[in-house]
Amino acid sequence: MKVWLTHHRKAGLLALRRLVAAPVNSLLSLLAIGIALALPAGGEMLLANARQLAGTTSAAPQISIFMAANAERQAATEIESRLGKYGGIRQVLLVTREATLARMKTNPGLRDVIEALPANPFPDAFVVTATDERPEAMERLAVEFRQWPKVEHVQLDSAWVRRLDALLKLGRTSVILLGALLGAGLIAISFNIIRMQVLTHRAEIEVSQLLGATDGFIQRPFLYYGVLLGLGGGIVAWLVVGAAALWLRAPLNELLRLYELTVVLRSLDAHDSALLLGFAAGLGWVGAVISLRQHLR
Amino acid sequence: MIRFDRVSKRYEPGIDALSDLSFHVAERDMVVVNGHSGAGKTTLLRLIAAVEKCTAGAVLVGGQNVGALSRSALPWLRRRIGMVFQDQKLLFDRSVFENVLLPLSIVGFPTRDAAQRVRAALDKVGLASREKALPVMLSGGEQQRLAIARAVVNRPNLLLADEPTAHLDSETAADVARIFHEFHHVGVTVLIATYANDLFPGARRVQLNHGKLLP
Repeated sequence: MKVWLTHHRKAGLLALRRLVAAPVNSLLSLLAIGIALALPAGGEMLLANARQLAGTTSAAPQISIFMAANAERQAATEIESRLGKYGGIRQVLLVTREATLARMKTNPGLRDVIEALPANPFPDAFVVTATDERPEAMERLAVEFRQWPKVEHVQLDSAWVRRLDALLKLGRTSVILLGALLGAGLIAISFNIIRMQVLTHRAEIEVSQLLGATDGFIQRPFLYYGVLLGLGGGIVAWLVVGAAALWLRAPLNELLRLYELTVVLRSLDAHDSALLLGFAAGLGWVGAVISLRQHLR
Repeated sequence: MIRFDRVSKRYEPGIDALSDLSFHVAERDMVVVNGHSGAGKTTLLRLIAAVEKCTAGAVLVGGQNVGALSRSALPWLRRRIGMVFQDQKLLFDRSVFENVLLPLSIVGFPTRDAAQRVRAALDKVGLASREKALPVMLSGGEQQRLAIARAVVNRPNLLLADEPTAHLDSETAADVARIFHEFHHVGVTVLIATYANDLFPGARRVQLNHGKLLP
């Protein structure tokens, strides 16, 4: 066991020495791997932030009922009473036209326009939360509400959340696809670098075999080299993504503020960082294994 | 220790490097294999170390048929054999000390003890003062002695040497031959392939001619 550990320690150190011995080559290889990995990692970071954004908004499907602009308050009260008795509704919130006007006036961009209007243009409205949140049940309710008197417009407010969710799913699939493609690229890079390493150390390999080295003894430094390449590339990718998050944070916040949204752009969390580094190291190892199978026989 | 049982080695159809060779080397024996260039001396050594497999017959080392060994079993055979190669196979990017250390690293010898072993081996071949030098800084004779130190550092019970005195002047060649005699005297079985007849007095001779054993 001690001998085995000693062999691994020495192989790891030897791999590190070989990596450091050619600093420019190693740095360029790490940059190539790092940038390739930064693309899916950056995509994952943006998705995580988009999920966070979706989480800050109401994901529970709701129906908004807008009364006609000329409807009296009495009509709204009747609708409210009707909704209260209607089965399948969990919560009803009346948003009066006065409340809507007051809220709009708080928006600096709209205040002047609204104050220039001769009368309150907003209708009374209801925000309805149903007990059955399935899209078809919600749609049935919306169709029903559209038939009611003095109801001008009925809108399913959850639609955009679902669209965002579908977009996130598409994004997630794209990131996985990109990750798989660039992961294959990383394996190819590792394969080629290890091939060059084997060629460089051909004499040493031959002598070691003649002196009684096992395949494991000969392969170990190259495997560690592959893992170090992958890990180093992963660290470069992590740094690139972190720097991009820092760089993009201020302009993104400015953009989101215009939509009254507040999300702090975060880099990869601990889980995703560990996943990135493990994935990168693993791919480096796989590239090394394939290369050694090809070139050490 | 070594037994050749009707061994033939054919590289190309119709051309036998070794043909129906049978002989044996006893433990603690010192045998010199003589023959002209191309007689099959190197092939004979390569078969013993299982670098190549024979086409017919069997090569037994310590009772083991080395031609039948699996790839994973080969390292364990080679660790029992010290080999001095015709082209020395030194690692020119490593120091004298590191070259001799390599066989000990392969078997996982403890670092501190390994350093002592390496220095003892270098002392034995007269290179104790050159341990930090690179092989390229050594003379031909010193390089040959370095190759011998690396071959014996594991204290093998069988030492194979392929033309260990080639390209050396007569004085240096005699010096190298003396080292082999010393190992033989401490009980190591020594098998040397060489064209030089007069450097190893007292050793048993095996004469090869075009891959065949001369009586």
